[in-house]
Amino acid sequence: MLRHIISILIENESGALSRVAGLFSARGYNIESLTVAPTEDPSLSRMTILTSGSDEVLEQITKQLNKLVDVVKVVDLSEAAHVERELMLIKVRATGKDREEMKRMADIFRGRIIDVTESTYVIELTGASSKLDSFIAALDAGLILETVRTGVCGIGRGDRILKI
Amino acid sequence: MMISGAEIVIRCLQEEKVDCVFGYPGGSVLHIYDALFKQDQVKHILVRHEQAAVHAADAYSRSSQRVGVALVTSGPGVTNTVTGIATAYMDSIPMVVLTGQVPSFYIGQDAFQECDTVGITRPCVKHNFLVKDVKDLAVTIKKAFHIASTGRPGPVVVDIPKDITAQMCEFDYPKTIQMRSYNPVVKGHLGQIKKAVQILQEAKRPIIYTGGGVILSDAAEQLTKLAHKLNFPVTNTLMGLGGYPATDKQFIGMLGMHGTFEANNAMHYADVILAVGARFDDRVIGNPEHFSEEKRRVIHIDIDPSSISKRVKVDVPIVGNVPDVLEELVKLMDGGFRTDPEVANWWKQIDEWRGRDSLRYKQSEHIMPQFVMEKLYEVTGGNAFVTSDVGQHQMFAAQYYKFDKPRRWINSGGLGTMGVGLPYGMGVLMANPDAQVACVTGEGSIQMCIQELSTCKQYGFPIKIINLNNGMLGMVRQWQEMFYSKRYSQSYVTSLPDFVKLAEAYGHVGMKIEKPEDVEPALRKAFTEHKDDLVFMDFIIDPVANVFPMVAAGKGLTEMILAEDL
Repeated sequence: MLRHIISILIENESGALSRVAGLFSARGYNIESLTVAPTEDPSLSRMTILTSGSDEVLEQITKQLNKLVDVVKVVDLSEAAHVERELMLIKVRATGKDREEMKRMADIFRGRIIDVTESTYVIELTGASSKLDSFIAALDAGLILETVRTGVCGIGRGDRILKI
Repeated sequence: MMISGAEIVIRCLQEEKVDCVFGYPGGSVLHIYDALFKQDQVKHILVRHEQAAVHAADAYSRSSQRVGVALVTSGPGVTNTVTGIATAYMDSIPMVVLTGQVPSFYIGQDAFQECDTVGITRPCVKHNFLVKDVKDLAVTIKKAFHIASTGRPGPVVVDIPKDITAQMCEFDYPKTIQMRSYNPVVKGHLGQIKKAVQILQEAKRPIIYTGGGVILSDAAEQLTKLAHKLNFPVTNTLMGLGGYPATDKQFIGMLGMHGTFEANNAMHYADVILAVGARFDDRVIGNPEHFSEEKRRVIHIDIDPSSISKRVKVDVPIVGNVPDVLEELVKLMDGGFRTDPEVANWWKQIDEWRGRDSLRYKQSEHIMPQFVMEKLYEVTGGNAFVTSDVGQHQMFAAQYYKFDKPRRWINSGGLGTMGVGLPYGMGVLMANPDAQVACVTGEGSIQMCIQELSTCKQYGFPIKIINLNNGMLGMVRQWQEMFYSKRYSQSYVTSLPDFVKLAEAYGHVGMKIEKPEDVEPALRKAFTEHKDDLVFMDFIIDPVANVFPMVAAGKGLTEMILAEDL
């Protein structure tokens, strides 16, 4: 069960997202995260799906995705060199001695504090998913008030380009 | 000239050379029905339930090379079509379903007869559209026909809000269509085809295993040519029957759950499988672990890459249009191709398996369903279009009616939808007006779309309904007998109507046949004297006749139960 990042170029039409999501649920494939937004060409959306499965399952996933009429291109990013990032916004309690500690933790992880109240911080953190996981693990769980993660997005390195 | 959206819909159908539409009117499609009324190029068949409209359109496609079209209203009109759409989808049948929708400014407000058509049908269509602007209407319908009929075919739904059908627009029907996101592969990879030729040459125990793809792509001729050149045994799936002549000596019968002894054994023990337009589904190969115990090489030709290596690992995948790939294979074989001499021994083995005569059945004082099928074959000279419902009768028809031509065997293979038989007969007759049509059914299935007897009267569809009546949901009963210690839970049908009177009430001819010696005369009478009538033939058959051979669920393909074992 390997982790794979599937990148999809898809027609930016209403319902396109549900076709992809519906395919995954109908065929029993799992989605760990899914992000989607229009590209520089507003008629196309770029979707990134984090999934896992055996080689056979992944082969079926890419074939089935390619079969969707709205899908223009599909690439398994994790097949070759790529970079991936995820963004997290995390709201933490920041009072008394924790206030200074939180600031220091954010600095260590190269996060930025983007909202401050008397008792809370919102920290923005970008990186590979494992880095976000480590940050959460490093904090005192009792101090975490809320976390929001975007899910993974990724792009091939160098000349690997997904474009029409 | 500006014309209304409704008129655009009809003009598009005319441009697509659609000669008939199966449908049912309602609020959201009134403009379209008004436009339909003002012309006579596109005929309309008024069904009695929307499900039948879609089944009929589906059979229109199956029995011809054309795209069937259904037209229904919003809400319940659409939900009634879902079974028919899913049926067509599972068997890859090209079809366009035009659905009315509430006016676009009402969408999402739970308006009267509103439903989320695109959402409800999404998992069972090849693609679907909601038309949001009258300017997109013609091009959307063009796309629908294009998508439905190319690549691996399938049903396409076009949902048209009522206000769009009232708006005025210039009509411009595109001659061709280009879609950057949809370009199905047509030509097989030459390198792969060469590899296939090499493997076929080395094969000692080969089999050609073909499915519905051969029928859908009209590749029967190319397949026959190739098979004759190779002199390899040929087996068909349920969907592939007629893709290779059943009376040919190389044909070893249907394979799978109710396949012949020789076909299932040959499939299992083959060292090379040439799979053509088939998908190794669960009813065909039985238990996949058992199937993978034998070492073999698989060549798989299919238009749909996702069908390849889905359930069985394939050594030589060839993605492409089946007839083109087969032609290419034959061409390559012209350069000094020789089959392995050991194939002769393989044939000896197959003939030994054939000797078991696995379709033999015991006669009884009752009418045997197999006997009815044999007589139907004789009386129709093997030339009928046979539509069937789903159950034991379907398997008997598949096993005993020897289909020599493609597109003659019309049944729901993938979804297994009871009730399709009668509307399928209507669709066949619209596409092939002079055809002999037999609808092989049972007293369970026929009642699922029985209301269409009325449609058949209105349009004079002379379908011969062969009702194999055992008073049981036979296939359910068979499983309960074999795997549930004869606990016949809800498989016994009481309070059956008098089918003869029922047929007569609808204005048709009814016959009840209770003795074996009356079977043939009754059939002859139906197909000659009552050639132009719908004849409902109620055959009272042996109530405990079962379908054999049988590969039980979860068993291996060679672990068959034969009639002689019991």
